[in-house]
Amino acid sequence: MVFPTNENVIVGLDRADDAGVYKISDDLALIQTVDFFTPIVDDPYWFGQIAAANALSDVYAMGGIPKTAMNLVAFPVKQMELAVLRQIIQGGIDKLAEAGVVLIGGHSIEDKELKYGLSVTGFVHPARVLTKRNLQPGDRLVLTKPLGTGIVNTAIKAGMASADLTGKVTHLMAALNRDAAGIMSNFNVSACTDVTGFGLLGHLAEMVCGSGMSVRVFSKQVPVIAEALEFAAMGLIPAGAYKNREFRESMIDFAEMVERSRQDVLFDPQTSGGLLISVNGHQAGELVAALKDAGIGDAAQIGEILSGPAEKIWVV
Amino acid sequence: MATTVDARGLSCPQPVIMTLDEIKTGKDKDIIVLVDTGTSKENVMRAAASQGCQINEVSPEGEGYRITITRG
Repeated sequence: MVFPTNENVIVGLDRADDAGVYKISDDLALIQTVDFFTPIVDDPYWFGQIAAANALSDVYAMGGIPKTAMNLVAFPVKQMELAVLRQIIQGGIDKLAEAGVVLIGGHSIEDKELKYGLSVTGFVHPARVLTKRNLQPGDRLVLTKPLGTGIVNTAIKAGMASADLTGKVTHLMAALNRDAAGIMSNFNVSACTDVTGFGLLGHLAEMVCGSGMSVRVFSKQVPVIAEALEFAAMGLIPAGAYKNREFRESMIDFAEMVERSRQDVLFDPQTSGGLLISVNGHQAGELVAALKDAGIGDAAQIGEILSGPAEKIWVV
Repeated sequence: MATTVDARGLSCPQPVIMTLDEIKTGKDKDIIVLVDTGTSKENVMRAAASQGCQINEVSPEGEGYRITITRG
């Protein structure tokens, strides 16, 4: 398929990224993104917050600042109380307010299955757009949130997660990537994305494809929700994690010491995951220190970009 | 004697919960688990291994898989 484009499209569908970017003038570009999904937590207010944090994240991952948002709602009006919808939307509005973003419209339809999400618009300087491409040899990879939300959500469905853990993971998914993005803008960053449905290794594979470079991932340094490793070993793994593995297996090489449950977590689909940042190797330590100072305590260096062989991910 | 856990038509984590229940509360030495997706097969194998059980055989059955487990 040939996707339409013109001279002002900085990032379009031909090179699908976290969001589209359109140049308005020499010093201003528009970022547009949309995302919606079925509930991933039982509490409607928290679902609203998580959906908003997730939709905003694509703008942060492009190096931009979100400004306005529109609701997308599909609601089973005959089966569900409208109060549920009110709580979802309130969760979204509160999360947007935290991000300094205004809700200025939306659209709702009747549907058998509840869905909620947002379309978000933001701005960025055209020269400061961050995409998944443009990895540089010698860069270090930094991840800002721990992995394992998909596995823990499966354990919650199985009734095996504690209330404490459920609360912890809910807060994690609802946490904005705003502060991480703000800090990142002070460093020499070559590429960035956010970790969502494809899991860490799936999103890393997207960054590596076409780069001519390879990546070494230090699996023990990857921040992980500790319980997710236990649940993975018990087989509480969502289907998406297996699909992610199957899709990218051919370009990934695991060292023998990387146990299977850790491999599973590296493929675990995340909801509203952290930023995956490729930063100049000399600045990586300073970036992680700044993130930790700002309260992003899970931030860690998790890998390095190598000049070759092309398109390979080594997990050690 | 073997007990059969029929988890066909169920999506995860249900097959895992049923397998763990049988391992923890059942009496027969051998357990046969029937599942119909690759995800359920992988998850049931992990669940059994996590309880110290041995996986004797995994074979295709119909549209799905038959997993034979022996209690550890």
